[in-house]
Amino acid sequence: MTELSKIRNFSIIAHIDHGKSTLADRMIQHCEGLTDREMKNQVLDSMDIERERGITIKAQTVRLKYTAKDGETYILNLMDTPGHVDFAYEVSRCLYACEGSLLVVDSSQGVEAQTLANVYLAIENNHEIVPVLNKIDLPAAEPEQIRAQIEDVIGIDASGAIKVSAKTGEGIDELLNSLVEILPPPKGDPDAPLKALLVDSWYDTYLGVMVLIRVLDGTVKKGMKIKMMAAGTTHLLDRVGVFTPKEILVDELGPGEIGFFTASIKEVSQTNVGDTITEFKNETARPLPGFKPVQSVVFCGLFPADAADFENLRDSMHKLKLNDASFTFETETSTALGYGFRCGFLGMLHLEIIQERLTREFDLDIISTSPSVIYKLHLNKGEVKKLHNPADMPDPTLISHIEEPWILATILVPDEHLGSVLKLCEEKRGEQVELTYAGTRAMLIYKLPLNEVVYDFYDKLKSISRGYASFDYQMDGYREGDLVKLSIMVNSEPVDALAMMVHRAQAEFRGRALCDRLKDLIPRQLFKIPIQAAIGGKIIARETISAMRKDVTAKCYGGDISRKRKLLDKQKKGKKKMRLYGNVEIPHSAFIAALKMGDD
Amino acid sequence: MSKNITMGDLAIYIHWPFCLSKCPYCDFNSHVRGVIDEDIWADGLMKELDHYRKLSGPRNISSIFFGGGTPSLMSAGLVEKLLNRIAQNWAMAPDVEITLEANPTSTEAGKFRDFSAAGINRLSLGIQALNDADLKALGREHNMKEAREAIDLSQKYFKRSSFDLIYARMGQSLGDWEKELTEALTMAVGHLSLYQLTIERGTAFHTAHSKGRLILPGEDLSADMYDLTQAICDAHGLPSYEVSNHARKGEESRHNLAYWHYADYIGIGPGAHGRLETDGEIYSFCQDRSPEKWLANAVAQGHATAQKDCLTVQMRAEEMIMMGLRLSDGIDLKSFEKRIGQKIDKFINQTYLQHLFELGYMEKGVYQQGNQPGHHLRATKQGRPLLNSLLAQILAH
Repeated sequence: MTELSKIRNFSIIAHIDHGKSTLADRMIQHCEGLTDREMKNQVLDSMDIERERGITIKAQTVRLKYTAKDGETYILNLMDTPGHVDFAYEVSRCLYACEGSLLVVDSSQGVEAQTLANVYLAIENNHEIVPVLNKIDLPAAEPEQIRAQIEDVIGIDASGAIKVSAKTGEGIDELLNSLVEILPPPKGDPDAPLKALLVDSWYDTYLGVMVLIRVLDGTVKKGMKIKMMAAGTTHLLDRVGVFTPKEILVDELGPGEIGFFTASIKEVSQTNVGDTITEFKNETARPLPGFKPVQSVVFCGLFPADAADFENLRDSMHKLKLNDASFTFETETSTALGYGFRCGFLGMLHLEIIQERLTREFDLDIISTSPSVIYKLHLNKGEVKKLHNPADMPDPTLISHIEEPWILATILVPDEHLGSVLKLCEEKRGEQVELTYAGTRAMLIYKLPLNEVVYDFYDKLKSISRGYASFDYQMDGYREGDLVKLSIMVNSEPVDALAMMVHRAQAEFRGRALCDRLKDLIPRQLFKIPIQAAIGGKIIARETISAMRKDVTAKCYGGDISRKRKLLDKQKKGKKKMRLYGNVEIPHSAFIAALKMGDD
Repeated sequence: MSKNITMGDLAIYIHWPFCLSKCPYCDFNSHVRGVIDEDIWADGLMKELDHYRKLSGPRNISSIFFGGGTPSLMSAGLVEKLLNRIAQNWAMAPDVEITLEANPTSTEAGKFRDFSAAGINRLSLGIQALNDADLKALGREHNMKEAREAIDLSQKYFKRSSFDLIYARMGQSLGDWEKELTEALTMAVGHLSLYQLTIERGTAFHTAHSKGRLILPGEDLSADMYDLTQAICDAHGLPSYEVSNHARKGEESRHNLAYWHYADYIGIGPGAHGRLETDGEIYSFCQDRSPEKWLANAVAQGHATAQKDCLTVQMRAEEMIMMGLRLSDGIDLKSFEKRIGQKIDKFINQTYLQHLFELGYMEKGVYQQGNQPGHHLRATKQGRPLLNSLLAQILAH
């Protein structure tokens, strides 16, 4: 057990690419947590996808031993947190487990929207903030200007900001020393009953579920029987340890310490982030404020491109879920795409990550339908129904009104792109709350309907600002909206996979764009095919695919029969990859392409 | 018709695989070689004729077709030798049709008279286009002057003759084709083969096409050209009896009709194919493709069959449907049952067929053949240019 005064717990707040993971690498190296041979870039991001995309999905911790200028040796617990809005809840749990935060800002780029949101979260958690100006080795670095910007935009004292280069290692020792000096040691009562926060958990192939905890009071020991207070379950601990970042088993963890345990838990879903862990039959009187179960915000259908892969997809999703309790799925049937799953995600990034992992790690070819948010349908009878699949939309005459989720978005954008970003926000039904300047960058606060954001807002924002705009949001409640279900009909048959909920003002435009796209994607058939977009019974857009006119082999004599028969067999097999719509065969590829469309 | 009914008809195809040069659109089994020893080739071809005689048993030879390659490069002597051997092996039908494919260069045209004397009674000329620029673009060895002369000579020396044209060529407009076809009809007597240019794998055109250097008319224009072809030929009394073949009544190529009727035929020579019914089974045959390999095997073992398969009932049915629907008359249902042993309905997806009936692309009905009414299934005039799609539907399980 480590003396409380010799412990410092901190997290790192940074925007993507501002060098958080590299900084962590340097600190580990400085404290000799890993030998040079063991060191690889961004050691904390264990999943390939994390390392490639430069984002952290799961919380990670490292316990470092540092000898400060005062000659004392300290235990520094570094917590690497997910930096993305989709994982905001995980971020707040991590922050709760620490007493301070490093605010890492790229001194050539400045403060970004995401940083802003997380700093405020940290301040709310009573963190001591240590500003760090990174990348001072870059020729474009302007540390003094960025220091002023931190004070301007965030409103904290940055006079003591530490200048470092995570790349070269410059300033790292000074940074570690400042951590010891500035951050308060944790508080806690070693003699009180055990009280620990469940920070995160993940599935390890060899050890089963590993639970990351921060001890507040008491001690957690190997062999102890613990109780998860909210879940009401008990477990016998079979391992207790810390990460250096290697897993090192220890006998116990005392107040202020951060470490892990295993207890033969099979699924991550049995552990709730934010739960209070205490000793069975020696329970703490005051559990932590509790946790809120994570809720899916964005939904979409995921279908195997090859129907034969359905079971494969199910198995793969189960495997992903082992490690990601926030990902939900249930079986869905679509006439267009066959058997698949309706899946729930924390946000668009989470959705993208899951899709990418299914494709990459499980080698599956999948089709996803348009993402949807959760609508609240107020029925005439007074009942409120939640809807996240347009296919489940009841008869509109039964509905009195529909509510949709809104968000409060923070966008930081260089001045020259402000005009187009404002235009985009207006197009997306946004309401401006605030427009301020920080140096040459504008900070926009907008209220936006989430359904517009999940549709294509990210991509558009990125493209119109050439990647310079940063974006963050928080949920901002529900509001009534004039929403309708836009259906697409091919040869008068509705194609369920293409249906979507849209604002009435956008319906015609979207319908037209979809019909136009489909016209080029669906191959000519033996007869004319109308493609229509409709709201209820009313057609709002229409295109026609003209009938096929020529498809015959010019020469077919005695020597050609065998070859042509084989060709025909191939053609017949190709038919299996088609779906039949009132006698129209639509190749899978048409759906995939249609579903990929933005309205570009 | 004084045919011996116990003795079935048989059509014979003989492949001569050599050309003076390879045409950039042609994917047939053709090869350019220096000197060819005709005696050895005669030996190989006759050995295969003898081999197939053993397999077929006694038959009536209804037609013989010399194809290629360029069979007009053969000597008339070789042609005569082969015809004699056929006559020794089988019974020749009194009205046997003996066709030779020829190129219209002056050298070859100079041999027409000898071919006629050797027994050829029908000539099929590869004219392909009616202007010098396009003939050059198609890689042909002849010019328009030679083409005209060859057509005149063919009509002089042979009782029946035909020529081929290729349309929907690169850069060709609907008006160009109308003019060319109208001119062709002033030159044709009883038969014309009009093929839409298709890009086949392994040809020079395929490479050019895939690199975007060769641009062909799109689907709509080529469909318009096809429709115009039907209209013009109908008006001139040469309606189509098959997708790409037009003839005055009675002038159809009987040999090719054997393929489309899915009758028995044997294929002699490199890469030639055959379908032969023996002991109630239908076998498919395919000879070695390479001329050298074929020749070595034919001489050494009496035949160069590379592959022989017994066709399942399903395969037979599909082949007969695939071939039969190319004909304007479609498939005679009685002949189908006789050849396949089962009713056609068993092999056709009835849901799709019904839909194609409704769309007017297929029809089933009674037709009059002489005094005998027959029942047939056919693709309509509107359906025939879409045949590949129709087949994919009706043959879907």
